[in-house]
Amino acid sequence: MPLLKINGKTFDVNVEADMPLLWVLRDELGLTGTKYGCGVAACGACTVHLDGQAMRACVLPVAAAEGRDIVTIEGLSPDGNHPVQRAWVAHQVPQCGYCQSGMVMAAAALLENTPKPTDADIDAAMTNICRCGTYVRVREAIRLAASTTPARS
Amino acid sequence: MNAILNPERRAFLVKSAAAAGGLAIGVRLLPDASAAGAAEGLTEVTHWIVIEPDDSVTVRIARSELGQGTFTGLPMLVAEELECDWSKVRAEYADVNEHIRRNRVFGSMSTGGSRGIRDSHKYMREAGAAARQMLVAAAAQQWGVEASELGVAKGVVFHTPSGRAARFGQLAGAASKLPVPKEPALKDPAQWKLVGTSPPRFDIPAKTTGAQVYAADVRLPGMLHASVMQCPVFGGKLKAHDASKVIARRGVQRVVAGPDWVAVVADNWWRANEALKALPVEWDTGEHGATDDAAIERFLRTGLAAAEVPVARKDGDAAAAFAGAAKIIEAEYSCGFLNHATLEPQCAAARVTDDRVEVWVGTQNGETTIAAASEVSGVPLDKVIVHKMHAGGGFGRRGPHQEYTKQAVLIAREMPGTPVRVQWSREEDMRQGRYRPVSIVKQRAALDAQGNWIGWHVRQADQSIMITIVPDNVKNGLDPINTRSFSDNPYSVPHFVNEYAMRNPHVPPGFWRAVAHTQNPFYRECFIDEIAHATGRDPYALRRPLLEKKPRDLACLDAVARAIGWGAPAPKGVFRGIAVQDSYGSYSAAAVELSMKGDKGIQVRRVVVALDSGHVVHRDAVEAQIQSGVIWGLSMSMHEDITIKDGRVQQSNFTDYPVLRLAETPPAVESIIMPSGGFWGGVGEPPIAAVPAALCNALFAATGVRVRALPLRKLGYFYA
Repeated sequence: MPLLKINGKTFDVNVEADMPLLWVLRDELGLTGTKYGCGVAACGACTVHLDGQAMRACVLPVAAAEGRDIVTIEGLSPDGNHPVQRAWVAHQVPQCGYCQSGMVMAAAALLENTPKPTDADIDAAMTNICRCGTYVRVREAIRLAASTTPARS
Repeated sequence: MNAILNPERRAFLVKSAAAAGGLAIGVRLLPDASAAGAAEGLTEVTHWIVIEPDDSVTVRIARSELGQGTFTGLPMLVAEELECDWSKVRAEYADVNEHIRRNRVFGSMSTGGSRGIRDSHKYMREAGAAARQMLVAAAAQQWGVEASELGVAKGVVFHTPSGRAARFGQLAGAASKLPVPKEPALKDPAQWKLVGTSPPRFDIPAKTTGAQVYAADVRLPGMLHASVMQCPVFGGKLKAHDASKVIARRGVQRVVAGPDWVAVVADNWWRANEALKALPVEWDTGEHGATDDAAIERFLRTGLAAAEVPVARKDGDAAAAFAGAAKIIEAEYSCGFLNHATLEPQCAAARVTDDRVEVWVGTQNGETTIAAASEVSGVPLDKVIVHKMHAGGGFGRRGPHQEYTKQAVLIAREMPGTPVRVQWSREEDMRQGRYRPVSIVKQRAALDAQGNWIGWHVRQADQSIMITIVPDNVKNGLDPINTRSFSDNPYSVPHFVNEYAMRNPHVPPGFWRAVAHTQNPFYRECFIDEIAHATGRDPYALRRPLLEKKPRDLACLDAVARAIGWGAPAPKGVFRGIAVQDSYGSYSAAAVELSMKGDKGIQVRRVVVALDSGHVVHRDAVEAQIQSGVIWGLSMSMHEDITIKDGRVQQSNFTDYPVLRLAETPPAVESIIMPSGGFWGGVGEPPIAAVPAALCNALFAATGVRVRALPLRKLGYFYA
């Protein structure tokens, strides 16, 4: 019976210890913003934050997430106003949008750890697949978000 | 090998397609249904436009939002003519069931072939203009003045002489009772204020917060989740399965079987999928269980070897030109199967009761979806409700083929009243695609003593998509889509013949974004590059005089040549390629600049694409489609490859079907949007067409190696 801390709330879920966190979010808790794309950590559509780090929920057994701080796309900001989300709207990044929850979460984690990323940092961190090919704008939006986010002291 | 699809499967596909096209099954339409069927309680000014007392304007959208911006572009066309306040405009899907009941009042719902705007701009603009006239007429009646004395701006009708004014929301009720003007006059494009600009797309905010609900995200009370496995060999059947081995697993509710598939239904999709993996299943793989790529290639080669095959186009006398040629150049090009790999794997949800079916689908065509749901349930069309969801990628996968919709309905029918969501695993999606077809094309060029290109012979050995979907569109053995790029080529080569040998392997084909304009332009434009190099000419200079009669192609070619700096030598270590291709009513060209890192590492430095789509509705969405098309073209050129062994697809996931990633994206992707006006061309696919050829032509300039088969990865190349 893992006890999960998700977006600041605690959930007591009755599932198998090896169920991937993704399916706890989507089918037990109804948090469908986190997407299923591949099931093998290859595409990044399921990216969430685990103690502030980007993590692919489709291969993360729920037992391994117990007691840790889980943030999903629904909890990234109360009103969609995270600097990454604002930059995503400013650059009109999404097309079909299915990958974008994961993209936004990966970008937010990147900027949390590396507030002023170089192009190489962006290339290395953003390994999520976007089949619509929004990569040009993902790069631009991350640069914008980095420039509008004050570096932490 | 069998030369045609398994007949039973083909019949199945054809039946669905026919039903979708003519909607011939299940429902009798009222004689004047379009006038009679308006939904109650809404102020429907025309069937496309609802205006509420609060002045909100809801525009109904018959096409599908796949990320290309159709939910914003089509309302812009309406609003331009309506003269409403853009900030009050919303978009919603036209209801598919209402569409059927009202005699297909919303026209085509098909969203493919880059047709979303170009096939509906006229009636959408006319809807806006008609509604404006009706609002004006309503005001004129109320105020007792001539309609000609009234003006309209930003959602307000005003009468300057008397100082009267009324908002659309105040007039809509009266306007909706007036007759709808037929073919109202439209603005001259020079007067457009909104069309051609870039208002923020309606669908974007929800796609940054996780709030956008796709079909995969539909959750209803009591909903169950199903994972499906279909016979991995196309055309095979389910022989046996042992449900008792999994039925007691936690959460598993039921095992449901179809003729060529089996599904496990559970209270959580992961449990369903784990049980499906553990389910003992035996397949009857039928006659194709031993087919592999080599067998398919041998089969295609019979098309190259055949003495006489259908001719798609013939100019002059190619045989005579070759007989008298001073020099002949020939080359053989080929491409394999490709998968759409939409990031949202195929899925659909359904709820079935005795007399009613509801489905939730990310579809590219509401009509094929409603027909599929009706066909398999036996419930008439007017009792089928389709909830259209924004699709998590389409690219042609979610149009004519609706297997997932049918499976959802068939499974849900087994448990009446319980909503069931079918979710294919990524592996299932990879192995059960409707793939971009295989082809081998042999081209020959005849040159005279001066090196002029006088004869061109194209022999395609190619798999038809159309024969599986609308076989009546295949006439005299010619697939009208798969010959494009050759049969409609713009070059003034005096003696030309395009022969087409249809060879259909058992692997099911489908419309893959840009369809024949993914491989044929690669074949054509790289071969022209070969001719240029073989005759010591510049590839750009060779093309220009041959395109003199095609000014729009030429203008795009010139635009990318200028942008890439073709007139001046490239910096040391930098190499360029160029290509041109019109498609889907638009004109496009691409130029690529690259450097090599070692023998095989390709550093793409710049890609420039020019696009003349006639008119541009949403400029930023057009730019996004150009960027998207460049990524699509670079991805297929380098990475994508579906291979066949033992009758089945060998790839399973993005691990063995890689697609382009951000780190491989060129540092510069430049769009030249150059609408020349006077026509409406497509946008979603045309920017792709010239990219693979421009890339491979640049690769030849850099290395002297002529690539005649994709993907480049198979030859050891990579994006450095």
